[in-house]
Amino acid sequence: MKIIVCLKQVPATTAEKRYTADLRLDRAAAEAVINPLDEYAIEQALRLQESGTVETVGYLSMGPEQAAEALRRALAMGGDEAYLVTDPALAGADQWATARVLAAALDRLAPDVALMGMSSDDARGSLVPAAVAALRGVPLLSYGSELSLGGATARIRRLTATGFDLLEAPLPVVASVTDQVGEPRYASLKGIMAAKRKPMETWNLADLGLSIADLHGAALTRVVEVRRPEAKPPTERVENLGPDEAVARIADWLVARKLI
Amino acid sequence: MVRELADERIAPRAAEIDQKAEFPWDLKELLAKQDLLGICFESRFGGTELDNVGQAIVVEEIARADATTSLIPIVQKLGSLPITLAGSEEQKARYFPKLASGEWLAAFGLTEASAGSDVAAVRMRARRDGDQYRLSGSKRFITHGSIANLVTVFALTDPEAGGRKGMSAFIVETDAQGFSAPRLEHKMGIRGSPTAELNFDEVPVPVANRLGEEGDGFRIALATLDRSRLSIAAQAVGIARGALDFAVTYAAQREQFGERVADLQGVQFMLADMASQTEAARQLTYAAAAAVDAGAADLSYWTSCAKLVAGDVAMRVTTDAVQVLGGYGYISEYPVERMMRDAKITQLYEGTQQIQRLIVARQLLQRAGVAQRAK
Repeated sequence: MKIIVCLKQVPATTAEKRYTADLRLDRAAAEAVINPLDEYAIEQALRLQESGTVETVGYLSMGPEQAAEALRRALAMGGDEAYLVTDPALAGADQWATARVLAAALDRLAPDVALMGMSSDDARGSLVPAAVAALRGVPLLSYGSELSLGGATARIRRLTATGFDLLEAPLPVVASVTDQVGEPRYASLKGIMAAKRKPMETWNLADLGLSIADLHGAALTRVVEVRRPEAKPPTERVENLGPDEAVARIADWLVARKLI
Repeated sequence: MVRELADERIAPRAAEIDQKAEFPWDLKELLAKQDLLGICFESRFGGTELDNVGQAIVVEEIARADATTSLIPIVQKLGSLPITLAGSEEQKARYFPKLASGEWLAAFGLTEASAGSDVAAVRMRARRDGDQYRLSGSKRFITHGSIANLVTVFALTDPEAGGRKGMSAFIVETDAQGFSAPRLEHKMGIRGSPTAELNFDEVPVPVANRLGEEGDGFRIALATLDRSRLSIAAQAVGIARGALDFAVTYAAQREQFGERVADLQGVQFMLADMASQTEAARQLTYAAAAAVDAGAADLSYWTSCAKLVAGDVAMRVTTDAVQVLGGYGYISEYPVERMMRDAKITQLYEGTQQIQRLIVARQLLQRAGVAQRAK
């Protein structure tokens, strides 16, 4: 059995974000990491490989050439092979284009499970898993806290407000997992060294039999505006007062806002 | 990878390790799993065979978070260097796989109560008894001596010839009859790292566990220390960086007189001095590591210079970090007082700063073609 983990290189959460003139995230400006939520998908795939259920774990990413670093890092955690789809025409790709490209690459790789994180840390659209499943015409098992594989089926456990659902679908599937699968491992030193020798293929759009015209351009959507969240008003503090006065002050504040 | 590991898993444990003075077995397992206890071993024995520059970086990154934890790879190397330098293929094949995987821990048994800086004053005896030796005596200040599975031990095979010519080195497995670690020291810093007194009561050691020939012990001990003190320089650089980073972050947050402490020029000057000294120690340490990698004839000059400078820098920078934090630096709620206590040991072990100066001076005189006058 074979799992392909789709992963995205994103700016580190703590990095200062900058935008280009056309309001795209300036990816060169910030330290880049594997999308932290994708690391859970990697961990899930590697656990299935260690348990003997899965023979091959591969990684697929679409992104600029530097996304190869993210794939190399994933290979250092474990797994066997990696595929990078990179093409200058894809700069600024939105979720639609990303899903088309990933679906085409997955058609070629034909994994039993295409596994993804629940969302990306940068744009947080969370549409790609569903879009890829729809484009490939395979079942989607989303937001799993655990993925298990039987002979010809995949099953996920999905936490709900009242308990959990068990969802099962015949292979092949697209699945996404949450941070409930367990802490992602660190790459070991031997893993880092071994990763240098693991195969990585790079494809462009033509290699996948796609053209930018097929995709109706890299993006169907257009970014209209990028804004920082509005700063919260400063916290009001009640300090250095006797208990009675402090309580009265806090009560007045709450009453004024109709909270009590 | 190591920095991530140190920030996320080691740093949060540092205060507790110090407070409880308990060896961090969980972190030992973590380091073993990440192949970080095998960095000094060849890949044919299951190691990861980093060069000395790479090893220094690993130690520095761990020490930046916690000096105690950085001693785990440091002492693994120190304890096995005698085997690396003087061991036979058979001895290496017998022990290195267990050490490289981190299944076993090693320790280095040289120092005795009255043989510290004066290495040749070792009194411990090794008496030949058929196809084995019997080791008798005691060792003191042996880092990890109570938890190691093997200790490389230095003992006199020829007491008449004295320490310089009559000392031999042995690999002692600590489950041997007559071996005990009766007492641990209570220390100022590196408190999670057990420093043990070791007792040898007629401990049988097979002849096959002798390193090199009889009488090679002194040479093996010095050759080991010439290389191992590089780890201490790296540890010192790591401690200094940890203190500097914390002081900078703190100064940027703390407000006094209506402004950030970091905006006060007096504090800025301190931080700049701390940074430039740390960087100088770091670069010298890497240069020394490169000299060891190149097998330089004067590598002891480089490693002693590095340890001398880095140890003093660690002490100064951690002391200044406490100063930058003011009263908060002096209490255990903040990590810099621990770093200051940890830094002190880097001026003492694997040769005091005074011994390093003697080594550097001896090399200078040799280079100048003026041999040192015998006392």
